[in-house]
Amino acid sequence: MTEQPEFSIRIDQNKYLPQGGQEVHAIVTVESTGAPVGVATGTGASAAEVIIIDTSGSMDYPRNKMTSAVKAAQAAVDTLRDGVNFAVVSGSSRAKMVYPQAEELVPANAQTRAEAKAALSRLKATGGTAMGAWLTLAGRLFAGHPDGIRHAILLTDGKNQHESPEQLDAAIAQVVGRFVCDCRGVGTDWEVAELRKVASALLGSLDMVASPEALEADFRAMTEAAMGKAVADVALRVWTPQFAKLRFVKQVLPTVEDLTGRRTDVDERSGDYPLGAWGSESRDYHICVEVPAGEVGREMRAAWVKLMLGDQVVASGNVLAEWTDDEAQSTRINPKVAHYTGQAELAENIQVGLQARKDGDLDTATARLGRAVALAHQSGNEAIASLLGKVVDVDDPATGRVRLKKDVDKADEMSLDTRSTKTVRTRRGEG
Amino acid sequence: MGAQESCPWCGSEVFAGEAFCEACGRSLAEAPAVGDGRFPAGASSPERGAAPAGACAGCGSTVFSEDGYCERCGLLRPGDRDHVETEAGAAAGVTDRGLRHSRNEDAMALAAVTGGVAAVVCDGVSSSPLPQAASRTAADTGLAALAERLEAGDDPEKATRAALGRAVEAVTALAGSPNDAPACTYVSAYAGPSGVTVGWVGDSRAYWLAGQASRRLTTDDSWAAEMVAHGVLTEAEARVHPNAHAIVAWLGADAGEIEPHVTTFVPEGPGTLLLCSDGLWNYYPEAAALTAVLPDADPLTAARHLVRLALEAGGRDNITVVVIPLTQEHAA
Repeated sequence: MTEQPEFSIRIDQNKYLPQGGQEVHAIVTVESTGAPVGVATGTGASAAEVIIIDTSGSMDYPRNKMTSAVKAAQAAVDTLRDGVNFAVVSGSSRAKMVYPQAEELVPANAQTRAEAKAALSRLKATGGTAMGAWLTLAGRLFAGHPDGIRHAILLTDGKNQHESPEQLDAAIAQVVGRFVCDCRGVGTDWEVAELRKVASALLGSLDMVASPEALEADFRAMTEAAMGKAVADVALRVWTPQFAKLRFVKQVLPTVEDLTGRRTDVDERSGDYPLGAWGSESRDYHICVEVPAGEVGREMRAAWVKLMLGDQVVASGNVLAEWTDDEAQSTRINPKVAHYTGQAELAENIQVGLQARKDGDLDTATARLGRAVALAHQSGNEAIASLLGKVVDVDDPATGRVRLKKDVDKADEMSLDTRSTKTVRTRRGEG
Repeated sequence: MGAQESCPWCGSEVFAGEAFCEACGRSLAEAPAVGDGRFPAGASSPERGAAPAGACAGCGSTVFSEDGYCERCGLLRPGDRDHVETEAGAAAGVTDRGLRHSRNEDAMALAAVTGGVAAVVCDGVSSSPLPQAASRTAADTGLAALAERLEAGDDPEKATRAALGRAVEAVTALAGSPNDAPACTYVSAYAGPSGVTVGWVGDSRAYWLAGQASRRLTTDDSWAAEMVAHGVLTEAEARVHPNAHAIVAWLGADAGEIEPHVTTFVPEGPGTLLLCSDGLWNYYPEAAALTAVLPDADPLTAARHLVRLALEAGGRDNITVVVIPLTQEHAA
């Protein structure tokens, strides 16, 4: 028996709509509390971990990329708690088992950890990059462990050159929902959009590790976080009424992730959105529903959100709509909705702005990155503001008046792109 | 037999000749206005009650979740207090949600008691938590206590004060804390052999309607009334002031010391005793105006008529009207 964390759902919204109003916005805060089981007691949810290390030839240039990756993977292996089923995979133009030799997962213990680390130290960098093949092998490894926490780490330093984008897409589609995959890019030769596609589809995080030396700490943190998960396969079930249209479901904290397209229909009016594995944590979602306009004075449930663990409803909340002719009520914007609308806009402006900069459309790049500076400034997103400061010279952060920097370090640009979706909570007193 | 067609509202399969959709219950004779993004049914037009009893006003479905929302179209179930009609002895009362509020936070209670009839009307304070619970509790507790004291032989003024006191206690007890205190107004009336006794706190009113002798029996515990009393504003100015609805006394844990008003009068001749919430008197503040629109009909018909007038005038608030006709024998 696994002890589950306590889940709660909180809804932040202004339910009042003006006469004829149809668009309902709400921020759904999902929080789980209670000690992540298993870490201390060993009685937690069963867990499986696959570590995927890029061993393409480029990992040797500079040489410390490969040695750092090996060290990082070894640190991750050390972090696995006893009994976790694991494997290490090396990826080049094909995927190969590093440990164990057979295509299977083995339970972690002192001996298997030592053997895995030894196998890692013998790795050589050679060949190309075909991430689809790596994910496919990981999918096969997890197939024998359909229940419990299933987590993978994928590290790469390059573009997916030895597969077509279609091949990668097909491989991703094959493994969606089979495991959660955190992705890391090392160096500056990998493609942010490409790796984002993998991380996003597999409900994992994406980050850039600019210096190989930082990999070890990062791998340990990722593995620790995975070991801290108490339940896998949590879903947000959203019911909307007849004649209503669910415009979008977006994760907005800790990162912006559009989940709208991930829906699995449950019945005529409900659909499930996968939220992955949960430990003790809190995430925010922005839901927008278009409802038929009701008469002033009427109240309706515009959406009914339920947190699902399998077939079990562990928390629920109502998104409401009530029509009023009191303008003071209907024109008020909920501060959380406003904040996260701004954070999503911030991410979009950075991505569009950086692409425009690459394409040589400097006017668009200046306008978009300027807008991003203003949004980061207003919302107190210091991390993004500081990353933006490496790409543009800021004349006035309040209005977003900026000039593009002439010489921008590739790593700074990629770091900004990678982290563009990281959001911050509303400042105290606003939410 | 019958060609298969589909319901214009919900798309379910229906058969030619059927008048209503089996699935959603709506009339097949009408069609939804396409693309205007509105609830197809006239959810709260003045002609409410078109949907079968217990059905959703938005879609006609009869399946509601535990918290009261329609399982099909999401609309909040019409409350069982949305429109209530009551008769007791010679009196009748009608309370209605109105057109602009999602709930009816007014409550009324009436009963035939020794030698006459007693009634209470309460209006929940919208800015307080659970105003509908406050008004319900005050009306029920107040009426029960009033009837009990009258049956026990208390004189009407004493009974009125005692009943108000009990209502105050009951509403105060609803509060979790003074910051979380349900609140409401209160007006009671007892029409018996020796005249009419009225007691109140807040701005729900009692009127005596009898031709030239028509008059208001209560004075509001309101900001507007205080301004008028101090000569700061005229009655007309006060009525349209943004603060017009602010009351200065109410029943509730946060009300402080409550000084109930009690008055007794002996009618000069036959007439009608009217209790109402501001949902009516906002549109008909003057006793003369109410007298002019009061139909010469039985009390239930009269109460319904006054409620309808308030709805037609805009129905901005919950409306409660209690009509107690007094014949010659009550008069001096």
